[in-house]
Amino acid sequence: MLILAIDTSAVASAALVSDDALEGVVASFSTEDTRSHAEVLAPGIAEMLAEAGVTGQDIDALVVGVGPGPFTGLRSGIATARTLSFVWGKPLHGLMSLDAVALEVAESTAAVPEFLVVTDARRKEVYWARYSLAEGKLPRLEDGPHVGFAADLPDLPAFGAGAGLYADTLRADPEFAQEQPDALYLGQFALARLASGNGLLDSTPLYLRESDAQVPGPRKRAL
Amino acid sequence: MNRSQPLVLGIESSCDETGVGIVRGTTLLTNTVSSSMDEHVRFGGVIPEIASRAHLDAFVPTLEQALSDAGVSLDEVDAIAVTSGPGLAGALMVGVCAAKALAVATGKPLYAINHLVAHVGVGLLESNGNEAPQLPENLGALLVSGGHTEILRINSITDDVVLLGSTIDDAAGEAYDKVARILGLGYPGGPAIDKVARTGNPKSIRFPRGLSQPKYMGTAEEPGKHRYDWSFSGLKTAVARCVEQFEARGEDIPVADIAAAFQEAVVDIISSKAVLACREHGIKDVLLGGGVAANSRLRELTGQRCASAGIRLHVPPLDLCTDNGAMVAALGAQLVMAGVAPSGIGFAPDSSMPVTSVSLPA
Ligand SMILES: [Zn+2]
Repeated sequence: MLILAIDTSAVASAALVSDDALEGVVASFSTEDTRSHAEVLAPGIAEMLAEAGVTGQDIDALVVGVGPGPFTGLRSGIATARTLSFVWGKPLHGLMSLDAVALEVAESTAAVPEFLVVTDARRKEVYWARYSLAEGKLPRLEDGPHVGFAADLPDLPAFGAGAGLYADTLRADPEFAQEQPDALYLGQFALARLASGNGLLDSTPLYLRESDAQVPGPRKRAL
Repeated sequence: MNRSQPLVLGIESSCDETGVGIVRGTTLLTNTVSSSMDEHVRFGGVIPEIASRAHLDAFVPTLEQALSDAGVSLDEVDAIAVTSGPGLAGALMVGVCAAKALAVATGKPLYAINHLVAHVGVGLLESNGNEAPQLPENLGALLVSGGHTEILRINSITDDVVLLGSTIDDAAGEAYDKVARILGLGYPGGPAIDKVARTGNPKSIRFPRGLSQPKYMGTAEEPGKHRYDWSFSGLKTAVARCVEQFEARGEDIPVADIAAAFQEAVVDIISSKAVLACREHGIKDVLLGGGVAANSRLRELTGQRCASAGIRLHVPPLDLCTDNGAMVAALGAQLVMAGVAPSGIGFAPDSSMPVTSVSLPA
């Protein structure tokens, strides 16, 4: 099974993962930048497909990170994935973006039985979720995702760029202090879940915050 | 690629309409639009974040509908065109990402197109089986909507467009929305005010005409800084003050008279400056575009003033005046036919894309 995974919840990234390939990875790319997704994502995917010699017909399914993440960036990945899925006629699944970091933690030497994944939500807040980890199993989402202040999070080891940003408040793992959700891990997580018969989400974005729009009150009357 | 009668699919998402249009050369095959207007009603104006969320969900269904209405498949399409600006940044981004993905998945060339020039592009579509119109030489375009108010000069629609004047603050449609809210007339403000204004006396109150003073206007020989520009924020404030004065005196607010007087102020200054710009630039034909083209008084007064200045006024069908994908496809087809190179997939949306940029270079 060949999956095209896309995530733009923080940086822009995409990957081709397959259960036939060594380590599951066929090709991948990611950017450092968190603000130019609309520019770089499509060329990145096009190059990656060309270099791997893969066309839309070869792909069995698409997976997209549905956040949480800053809205505009998040939507660029979902708009891209939905359109590719429509044109190619291939199924599209969603995965919570923080799962990507959770899998990366699980596969690292830093793995602990219970931990947080934390990313930057801007406006002095973080997106976070709590995971548990059992030997030989995929990380299991216990709580979240939520958006809130770093100071209000459970006292657990914290992984991800949001933890690095608030290292004075959180028990941030220094190895993961810059880590962002990456499509590569998202794709692998999706493969593993599908292989174990577990379902995935649809591609509805997890905004967590309202649009900030205020319904205007009645106009103040002159005295 | 077929360069004589190219099949072009156009995508529009710069404000609150998700549009997909398909043209073959100058023939319109479909103009499919999904609007999030209803979701903005309770806010009294377009909320950019809500518009962006709606674009994301509307795009694929609108695309699917457009292809089915036009009876074409993506394989047959020669090129894709998308609005890359100007417009709301987050809204543009959804259409641009979708268009790029469409280009990646199909391998078709992609054109990143200027929304304002696309409003003029609809003038090139055949209507009711008539021959495709040639754009007249010395063409002007007056664009009035909730997002923009501009007068353009089109020397060549594919590569030479000049901005003669524009609003320096609110768009005219935005002023309508704000005044409608002050008067309790609901959203969208344009149709609501236009309707009520018919029963009011436009001469009962005199509201200011923004940027009409000599220091802004100058003379034809020595034009002032804002000779062909508009400003509507002072007008909106004047309406609010007027309403407050009636309230302070404990009198009923003459809603119809205020609406009529406000509309007269807007329409008077738009049409007089537009006609002035045309006269002073030798423009003999003007195309009216944008959602406010639906306004009965704007069409009437602009028509009268154009006629007495010897200028022909062209008003496309209203569903092509409001934001839509057909206009993007129409301009895209012109670019293909003129042999302009596509933009590729590396460009960024530009919320303040100037009209001098008809399409983005690769
Ligand atoms: Zn427009």
